[in-house]
Amino acid sequence: MEILLDILSWIFLVTGSFFCLTGALGLFRFPDFFSRIHAASLTDTLGASLILIGLMFQAGWGIVLAKLIMILFFSIFAGMTASHAMAKAALKSGLQPLEFKGKNEQGQEGEQPSKP
Amino acid sequence: MKDLFAVVMLTGIYSLLTASLFLDLDAVDVAFTEASVGAGISTLLMLATLKLVGRFERHTRYKPALALGVVLVTGSLLVYGTLDMPHFGSADAPVHQHVAPRYLNDSMAEIGVPNVVTSVLASYRGYDTLGEILVVFTAGIGVISLLRVSRRTKKDSRKKVPVDMQQQIILRIVAKMMLPPILIFALYVQFHGDYGPGGGFQAGVIFAAGIILYTMLFGLSSGQRVFKPVVLELLSALGILLYAGVGVACLLLGGNFLEYNVLRHDPVHGQHLGILLVELGVGITVASVMITIFFKFTWRTVKHKYKNE
Amino acid sequence: MFALTVITLLIVMALALARAYLGPTLYDRILAVNNFGTKTVLLIGVMDFLAGRPDFLDIAITYALINFISVIGVLRFFEYAGRNATDREG
Repeated sequence: MEILLDILSWIFLVTGSFFCLTGALGLFRFPDFFSRIHAASLTDTLGASLILIGLMFQAGWGIVLAKLIMILFFSIFAGMTASHAMAKAALKSGLQPLEFKGKNEQGQEGEQPSKP
Repeated sequence: MKDLFAVVMLTGIYSLLTASLFLDLDAVDVAFTEASVGAGISTLLMLATLKLVGRFERHTRYKPALALGVVLVTGSLLVYGTLDMPHFGSADAPVHQHVAPRYLNDSMAEIGVPNVVTSVLASYRGYDTLGEILVVFTAGIGVISLLRVSRRTKKDSRKKVPVDMQQQIILRIVAKMMLPPILIFALYVQFHGDYGPGGGFQAGVIFAAGIILYTMLFGLSSGQRVFKPVVLELLSALGILLYAGVGVACLLLGGNFLEYNVLRHDPVHGQHLGILLVELGVGITVASVMITIFFKFTWRTVKHKYKNE
Repeated sequence: MFALTVITLLIVMALALARAYLGPTLYDRILAVNNFGTKTVLLIGVMDFLAGRPDFLDIAITYALINFISVIGVLRFFEYAGRNATDREG
């Protein structure tokens, strides 16, 4: 039973760390703010949830488990709303997404107003 | 660096790093207070100030070379002075000799509270904590007296919510959902301070942070309808009254000022009751002063907006 | 097991700090600081299990809260300030 809990915990922690790492790599290398927010927030919330679930297997039944569940719910809600608020604020203050460079069907060229 | 907003953000990150340093040194209560006050409330209040003052620092006409020189000389003298102090954490340093072993050894027997930080803060050094609360209260009084609100603009703005806040539906719903757990968590920190990290200061700050979240998203008038400014001013005085009142009650019951042993039939129970009431006073005062300061700062910003409409 | 997670989280925090320094617009920096804050919460949680003291979880909850409220506060500030938010800062 102990071994099973340890193996589960190990799987969740490693997967969560992998997602967090790829998210940070995306944050660093993507060309535009809106793609960066896509990478960072999605993988951030998923990685955080997986790491917290992995930690939950290590805690016994008790108040530590309850507090971890509370951190999990709070982190999910707060992460999602914060990224929504950031994207909305950026759109409203005039930041444009990176558009397709080249000709689309009508033969018009796209623009690139926001670049690193 | 002329951009004051970047300075505020850097100050927040500095507070967070200091809190991590305290965690590394195994001082959990201090890290808790530093994280909540420094990285949370201070950043929010400084941002509220920046809304009033303007984002960029004005160009100074002289080069502050003399000030820099004074700072460097004083700093190097201080560092030279610390070279003489005993090695970090050595067992025969004076700070570990006289008072600290007595507190650590006798705290469980005399007070019976597992968290030694709370017992030192509220009982052994209760007089100092009373002074700290008076400082917080004086800061609140200073802000209230300097940023006066005129009656005419108060009546005009009774029901208005700025238009851009009405569009933030998702944020408002999520904030409404999160507010009760935040407040309950603040109460948990307040009353759990005997057994784990926590206590009055941290609980007051977390409570104020929850109310500030609500006020930021729903408009100042909604926030002030729930927490009327008169009630807040009364509550901040009530906290100090509770603290000092416990002290006077100890005097009337025959002991010294703030000697909790005489409050009940049994000294340990007396200490428990005294610490409970005192921490409650601290929490009430800190929460109401923080909320008052935020309301006053936001009022000044919002007043300009309402006058121009 | 925990050591691997801690090292990964530290690398992630370093990358987020790099983006906070580099990011051309203001919103990149806010995003990077928010990410840094979430990773700090996770780091406190994992280090609490490493050190064996369950007290640290209160600090993790508090910091998750503070992070969220600070990001909302900063965004409110820029909504009121308006025009100078999309200036390119080098």
